[in-house]
Amino acid sequence: MERKYISHNSLMNWLTQLNNEGNQIYAPVAKGNKTDYKHITSVEEISMDHIQTTQSAKAVAFPRTEKLFSYTKKNGDVTLQNFDTTTIPETVVFGIHPCDAAGFKPLSGIFNWDTPDLPFNERMKRTTLIAVSCTQCDEFCFCTSVNGSPGNTTGSDILLTPIKDGYLAEIITEKGKSLVDKHSSFFEADPNVNKEEYLAQVPVQFSLEELNKKISNMFESPVWKQQSERCLGCGACAYVCPTCACFDIQEDAHGSSGNRLRCWDACGFSLFTMHTSGHNPREMQSQRWRQRLLHKFSYMPERISVRGCTGCGRCSRACPVDMNIAEHLTEIAAL
Amino acid sequence: MDNSNIYLPHLMIVEKITQEAPGVKTFRLKFKDEEAGNNFEFKAGQFGEYSAFGEGESTFCIASSPTRKGYIECTFRETGKVTSALAKLEEGQTMGFRGPFGNTFPMDEWKGKNLLFIAGGIALPPMRCVIWNALDTRENFGDVSILYGAKSVADLVYKHELKEWEERPDVRLVTTVDPGGETPDWKGEVGFVPSVLEKMNPSPKNTVAIVCGPPIMIKFTFPVLEKLGFTDENIYTTLENRMKCGVGKCGRCNVGSQYVCKDGPVFSKVELEALPAEY
Amino acid sequence: MDELRNKAKEMFDKGEIDIFIGYEEGTRNPRPLFANNADETQKLVFNDKCTGNLAVYLTRKDLVKGKKVGISASYYALKSIAQLFVENQLKEENLKVFGLSSDGQIRTLNSLEEIKQYLKDTPPPPKVEDDELIKQIDAMSSAERWAFWSDELSKCFKCYACRAACPMCYCTKCIVEVNRPQWIQPWASTLGNMEWQINRVMHMAGRCSDCGSCGTACPIGIPIHLLTHKMSETVKANFGDPNDKGNVLSTFKPEDKESFIL
Repeated sequence: MERKYISHNSLMNWLTQLNNEGNQIYAPVAKGNKTDYKHITSVEEISMDHIQTTQSAKAVAFPRTEKLFSYTKKNGDVTLQNFDTTTIPETVVFGIHPCDAAGFKPLSGIFNWDTPDLPFNERMKRTTLIAVSCTQCDEFCFCTSVNGSPGNTTGSDILLTPIKDGYLAEIITEKGKSLVDKHSSFFEADPNVNKEEYLAQVPVQFSLEELNKKISNMFESPVWKQQSERCLGCGACAYVCPTCACFDIQEDAHGSSGNRLRCWDACGFSLFTMHTSGHNPREMQSQRWRQRLLHKFSYMPERISVRGCTGCGRCSRACPVDMNIAEHLTEIAAL
Repeated sequence: MDNSNIYLPHLMIVEKITQEAPGVKTFRLKFKDEEAGNNFEFKAGQFGEYSAFGEGESTFCIASSPTRKGYIECTFRETGKVTSALAKLEEGQTMGFRGPFGNTFPMDEWKGKNLLFIAGGIALPPMRCVIWNALDTRENFGDVSILYGAKSVADLVYKHELKEWEERPDVRLVTTVDPGGETPDWKGEVGFVPSVLEKMNPSPKNTVAIVCGPPIMIKFTFPVLEKLGFTDENIYTTLENRMKCGVGKCGRCNVGSQYVCKDGPVFSKVELEALPAEY
Repeated sequence: MDELRNKAKEMFDKGEIDIFIGYEEGTRNPRPLFANNADETQKLVFNDKCTGNLAVYLTRKDLVKGKKVGISASYYALKSIAQLFVENQLKEENLKVFGLSSDGQIRTLNSLEEIKQYLKDTPPPPKVEDDELIKQIDAMSSAERWAFWSDELSKCFKCYACRAACPMCYCTKCIVEVNRPQWIQPWASTLGNMEWQINRVMHMAGRCSDCGSCGTACPIGIPIHLLTHKMSETVKANFGDPNDKGNVLSTFKPEDKESFIL
């Protein structure tokens, strides 16, 4: 891995340059007391001092609504227009934290574990992730409890760690390298700093080993009902999560033509698994809460060898009734 | 890596429509693209996602046998948005199909064995695929027995095929309707599937039982099979959870860590017992 | 605080309730607590930071069906409870309600009448931060207003936290989930999002307690509670205070204004 230095000014100029060359820049923008990713047109819009954005950056590869193909009907006959990969812009995601970058691995796991998912893969192919290490955290952050860290390089193409007046740039992948090599003049020599000194201290909240040991064997535990009592059954946690990938397929029909759409869905919704007959395998909120946690911490590790949680804490922050996931996991690990 | 779009359906021409029962139709579908049709392969037990363009997709099994080449068939009941739209299609019109998805009945393992099919209501279609597969390769199997029950005589599907099976000397067919569902000239049994099965008293010796039907029927049929001496290894069924993608991604159909769309829909009773009770 | 804990404990001891719906300390703010026995009541807190509308749980069958329920209710939760009574969703004999007087005292409210009296006597808690935004929106031209809401609602990703947090959204199947016909596009897009919010707000007309839970619940921070707030004001101005009259929009009176009918 190559290490370089880039000043804040050079960074902004580099991003502007990348934007001018036709790359879309997807970066955190603050509005009121919330910060969220947006396609920006000027680096002035970028927020650098937030702890966490409201949403993850997953929409760059898994948009909340996307067209899978289009159809046209005429006299009982149908013609199809396949998913158009040519309209996907080259995108630079800037300013995601390591927990978000790490989220693309489980996401890719879900979309590719058996059959490759063309829309997801084509978007990922055109996406470069420039992450920024965390120098601050809040009480909802728990990356260090799930094998992450505020300076973790997993998933990023380039990781920037804020040091005095600029950043240590760790160039992790070939994709990252080609982006740097194209504009090497913005970069300077390795600043030779101890990266750890600049990172936030995120306390470990629970033992992952204990959690793993317990959670795969507790399908029948009363803990699910007890933890989920206050859960309102909305989809806020799933929609802000960097690894949640449940989706619905819907028809956007306009007379004789239309689009088949994929849109976000959530396992917490009561009708998510309801059969046409009315039978519902996950009828109770406790069953849906169990599905959420077991999917992330038991089924995904078992089936695709990757955990469905990076400790970003977004679900806890987004929850209207304070379903604090780290607190719940701590409780399970201590059972 | 495969570069195709798994969400893009094959276009299928509705070649033949059979009205099976009130609200139940069978479509014979032919691939519009001949090459796709020639390359298409599936095995008994697999399912697909069927499109009514303008309304969406619905999941059902492939009801025809893989031994019958050149087309696939599906049988569905008009219940929701998509099935109602499909039911409005006419012969010659176009719909969509994605598949085949899911695992298969282990027909190879069953070679030399007797087959006992037990089906209720609209659950005959997944079994019809296996039945014809077995009958078309009849020499591979021992006795073939079929127990099929429906609410009423009118609700029995595949009536002409039931007649054909009834007339074949190498098939034992027992049909039954729920009490009150019989007509004056009904010659079959009257009673629920589990009790008729008990009366049939099939031998478990070298026999595989394949059970498809509503959850309530399955629930009461398993104990009867057990009583008759069938072991869990020799009992098979299918699960029919709600699905959207059919390819293990959309998050609906899993039972514990097992995806009905990938690890199922076919489960032996041994496998079923190992699943958490959430289906 | 001890007073509520003691009262709740006493009710369990006497067998008067099977569950107490209240608040406990949460990560940043108090959060819902369900006490299922006397011991669990000792975590209860009740103060002016307890603003989440707990009435939302009173129609959750899996929690309260067949149970005698005690609840600590904020001012707005009491308004919701009164409305749920009007809509025949609650039974007086199954419910023990505790409110908080403006000087922080626990008030026992034993009947709908007492709740109504409390609501008459108690000034609504102020919602200072909203006033500024309401003024701004009121000052906009209708085109500006449309642009403002289009922009805000374009961000909605349809998590339905607004619906889930609302005590009045107790339908088991929401209009947005009806697909024959598909009244509202179920996926997130600006038009569909606006259709959803307009429908949600219309269904709240004359029923909304103006508690603001929908807006607080919105993870994206869209001020959707201002839509219901405005709706409440409009209904009140045209048809009177729903608190006194029950279902103003499903009740016809000869003297009702008809100026909106062409």
